[in-house]
Formats: sequence, structure tokens, C-alpha cells
Amino acid sequence: MTAPVRQRRPRQLSGRPGLYTSYAQQLRLLNTRPKLLTVSAIVLLAFVLPWLVADETLSLLGVAMAASIGAIGLNIVTGYAGQVSLGHAFFLAIGAYTASAVSGAPDDDTIGFGVTNVLVWLLAAGLVAAVFGVLVAPLATRLRGLYLAIVTLGLVFLGEHIFAEWQALTGGAGVGRPGPVPVLFGVELNSSGDVLTSDQKLYLLMLASLVVFGLLARNLARSKVGRAFAAIRDRDIAAEVIGVNLTRYKVIAFAVSSFYAGCAGALVYTITGFIEPSSFNLLLSVQYIAMVLIGGVATISGSIMGAFFITLLPALTRQLPTVAPFISEDASSPLNVFQVETVLYGLLIIGFLIFEPRGLYGIWIRIRNYWKAWPFSY
Amino acid sequence: MRELLSSFLAGLGQGSVYALLALGFVIIYKSMRVISFAQPALMLAGAVLVSYLVGPFGFILAVILGVAGTALLGLGIERTVIRPMVGKPVFVVAIITLGIDIALRVVINGFIGTDVRQVGDPWGFARVSLFGVTVQERYIAMFVTTAVVITVLFAFFKYTRLGLATRAAAFDQETALAQGISVSSVFALAWAIAGGLAAVAGTFVATGAGIDQQLWIIALKALPAIILGGLDSLGGAVIGGLSIGVVESLVATYQLDYAPWLGDNFSVVSPYVVMLLVLLVKPYGLFGTREVERV
Repeated sequence: MTAPVRQRRPRQLSGRPGLYTSYAQQLRLLNTRPKLLTVSAIVLLAFVLPWLVADETLSLLGVAMAASIGAIGLNIVTGYAGQVSLGHAFFLAIGAYTASAVSGAPDDDTIGFGVTNVLVWLLAAGLVAAVFGVLVAPLATRLRGLYLAIVTLGLVFLGEHIFAEWQALTGGAGVGRPGPVPVLFGVELNSSGDVLTSDQKLYLLMLASLVVFGLLARNLARSKVGRAFAAIRDRDIAAEVIGVNLTRYKVIAFAVSSFYAGCAGALVYTITGFIEPSSFNLLLSVQYIAMVLIGGVATISGSIMGAFFITLLPALTRQLPTVAPFISEDASSPLNVFQVETVLYGLLIIGFLIFEPRGLYGIWIRIRNYWKAWPFSY
Repeated sequence: MRELLSSFLAGLGQGSVYALLALGFVIIYKSMRVISFAQPALMLAGAVLVSYLVGPFGFILAVILGVAGTALLGLGIERTVIRPMVGKPVFVVAIITLGIDIALRVVINGFIGTDVRQVGDPWGFARVSLFGVTVQERYIAMFVTTAVVITVLFAFFKYTRLGLATRAAAFDQETALAQGISVSSVFALAWAIAGGLAAVAGTFVATGAGIDQQLWIIALKALPAIILGGLDSLGGAVIGGLSIGVVESLVATYQLDYAPWLGDNFSVVSPYVVMLLVLLVKPYGLFGTREVERV
């Protein structure tokens, strides 16, 4: 028997940039020239940004990037695989505490092993969270849809209780503990050096992590695993009939999602530098759900846009009192920016779901399609 | 023994509040196959409404007006936000109700303020002796009121035309439509009933300690109750609610003596532990219908 001869197709026909002659070509990461150019431009700009903007802005952008990793994680399980999870805050917490326990000072009040290498504690945070994800996954294989949403909601409440009570690890409610200590290749990232300030170094760490995690997720989504996820999301019974092993892929989805959440939790609290056990509540889970829904379900770029939107929203609402003086900055007054912020989370979720279910990504697609055909309407 | 009994009765009282909330969840679920995460906000709205009305009208009238007001609020939510989403995936609608809950609670918190508001109930923390066991009066009031409300509700579903229409729509929407039943008014009715039940529950939750901004978390304990009973079983919701209340109360009484390593206030999260255990054994709850699906 002779091996099947793979037919060679021309990579691209001249003058027809939009024509794909093979499936692999269509699935390429940067399948069009404009996409290649804009993505490189954005990444390049992001890497030179530390020398262009103020340090406070950098730390805010750094948090947004770390949150993006978490949002990508939630999008993998909820957007790609269709398993609704309200328990993302729980996995973020596990990552944050693992990282700070691994890197914390051994002689502190709270547990610490003094291993401050970023690569070590980041991996540990992801893996421990992934283990918990795998433990939850058997429930997901038995349950569907809203049952699963309720169970993961219960997880957040259980987690809140455990983190408040386990004072050796978390410092207890109202006390908290310091966040992870980042040291990479012998450079302390959270103290300012001769060349770079701590904010600049942390920003670059977040950016590099986001690029790596984003690429990995994008590659996962266009692989066999990603297609299995989509099949499960669209119709799980049909997926099983065509040979997708439901248990296996649901476990993978939860493991990968929790891994991302764990890393995101570790990175976010590296920047903020302090972990309060009561912050891992239902609202945090809802914020991540909002990132995914506002950004765009089952898109990586959407997750990043959504995470930036939600993380930068407080910075925008803090500016409101200068425009609308009847909104106060004081938390105890009847109408204040914190209330506006929370209401906005709710209203934005509702508004996007009703008017643009594809999220910010969908808005971008609309704009792109409009200009593609301009000056014709279609 | 006496301690056990009094803890059990207190649990039944608290559990009947969970049962009311759980019924609200189940009624909405049966009619539109959606879990409404807006229930905590409705509960809080009911309690706050009563606390404002109790001054001019007295407790009984305030509760009735509060129930009516919250039912209207539920109806309003259904008409404005949920209606455009009929036919969309249930996950989307559920998340929308989550959004409603967050937005609405901020508004309600504005009315609560930083102080604790009282609903002006006649019971307070007064105790009464029942067959030699001391129980707080308010737990008895909760249990009796819930029993009455549930009886009326079940009778409504069983004997009235509208109740029959509701059951028909829950069973098969398209067939019900073909028989001339207005499914949209069934949806509206479900939300109104859920709102009313939440208001009653909210009032009772607020008896004793009063209303503060953290009260809404109690409404989410109805979720373990409906999981326990099965999402689409009214009777299951009642039994689930009562059991969750009893479990919570017993854990609160005995956990610190027998399992102190679980930490303070473990009783608050014990319903969720029960829920996880039940789901591992029976994925559709004790009385829920097993989903049968075609490809």
C-alpha cells in the first residue's frame, strides 16, 4: 500500500487575499494581512507603553491584563465549552493563596515557603487550581446548565467560609495577608531598580504572561479539543453521538479554565500586593461573567476587551463627579460612584445580552463589515 | 432532648421562609425554564417596602401592601427585561436576572442606608413555651403563615382556571398556546407570584434582627432547597426548604461542640454542603423530573 499523497495547494492565489484554498489556511492564527499588521502593532505598542505613560496607569493596565487571563479562562469553560460557571472567584482565590503561600516569607504569621521565583509559584497556582477544577468537573458531567450554575455558586460561598476561617493561610477575615512576592531571574519585580520602576516591571510581566496565555488559549480553541468544546456547547447529546467523550472534555475544560483562573488570581494579587479573604465573593464571579459577556462569548480578543472594560470602568466612574456634580465620591452619601459602578455592571450585562449578544467583539465585527463594504451598505 | 426539639422547631420556622423563596424560584422555573437570580433583590425590596409602610398602615396592612408592591415589581421586571428574551437560551436569561439583581439591590440599598431598618413586627425576640419547649414566637408565625400561603397557592393551582392554565403552560407551552391559553400572562403571573412570595419571606427574615444590606444572601439559601427538592417540583421546594432550615439550625446548635474544626458560623454554609452531597447522589434532586432529551 502506498501512503496517500497529500495534494499540494498554492498557499495563496495572487490578487485574492480573502480566498482560502485549505482548511489549515483558514484556521491560521493571523489569517489576513491586516490582522497580522494590527496585532503586531498592538503588541509592539503594548511593549513600549511602559516608557510612554505614568506608573499608576501602568499598574491599572497590568491588573486589566492579569484579569484578561482570568476572563480567557472563564471563556474557555463557559464560552467555548458552554458549561456555566459562577465559581470563578473560588478558583481565583485558590491561585492567589497558593502563589502567596509558596512565595511568602517563612517566618511570617501566615504560611509561607519562601520560593519567590515567579515561574515556580505561577505554575503552582495554576496547577493547584486545576486540581480543584478537576475535582469539580465530575459534578459538571452529571449536571447540565442551570444546575451547574447553582453548584458553582455554592462553591463560592463554601470558599468564602473556608478562606475566612483558615487563618493560618489567609490571615482571616479583615486581616488578610500580603500577595505573592515576584522574583524573576534574580530581579525583584516589586521594588524599583535602577533601570525600571516596580510598576514597569510588573506591567511587562503581566503583558508577557497575557501574550503567552492568550496564544495558548487561541491555539487550544482551534485544535481538536476546541472543536470538541464547541460541539458540547452546541448540543451535548449530539456531540456524544459523533464520538466526543463528554466526561473527558468537560474535565479538560474545567482543568484548563481553573488553571487560567489560578494564574490570573496569583498575578492580580501580585500587583495589588494584598489579599483580603472576603474579596472572593459572588460579585467577583459576576464581574468575570460580565467580562466574558461584554467582551464576547467564545472569543479570546473579546475576553481581553471585556477584562479591560470592566477593570477600567471604576477609573472612569471615579471621573463622573467632575462631569455630573450630583454624584458624590463619598461612599456614605445617597448617590455615589460606587453605586453607579455596581449598577453599571448589572445594566451593562443586561444591555449587551439584549442588544449585542456578541459583545464588544460583535461591535468590532459590525464596524469592520461596514467599512469592508463602504460605501455600499452590504 | 429539649435542646434538640427547640433547635428543630426553630429550623422549621426558618425553613418555611426558605420554602417560600424556593417556591418563587420553582414557579418561575416551571413556567419559563429559567432560574431567576433576581429573587434576592425582590426579597429585599419586599422587606424594605414593608419597613417603610409599617409606620402609617400597621404591620398586617403593610405586609399586604408590600406583597402587592413587590408582585408589581416582579411583573414589571418580566414585562420590560425578560419579555424580549423569550426563546433565547436559558443561560442568557438567567444571567440577565443576575444583572437585574445587582442593579436593583444597589437601588434598594440606597433606601436601607447604613442603619438597620425594622419591619415593626409584633413578635421581636419574644419566646413562648410549646409542650415544654421554648421557641421564639416569630418562628411559629413563620411556620403558620407559610402553611397558609402554601395551602392557598396549591389550591389556586389545582382548582382555578388560571391555575390550570399555568400548569398546562408549564407542561407544554406550544400545546397550551394551541388551546387558547395566554402563555405570556402565565409568565407574568409566575413573576408576580414569585415577587409576592419573596416579599412575605423577606418580611419574616427581617423579623427579629431587622434589615441590613447583607440580608439578601439569605435568599440564595433557597437555591440548595430547590436543588434538594428538584427544580420543577413545588412539593419538593417546600420539603427542601424545611429540610435546609432544620439542617442549618441543627448544625448551628451542635457543630461547635462536635466539629469545632469546621470553624465559626459553619451553619451559614451548611446548606451548600448538603446541596453538593445530594447532587452527587441524585443529580435531579429528590423529586425533580429526570430530563429526557432527543438529539
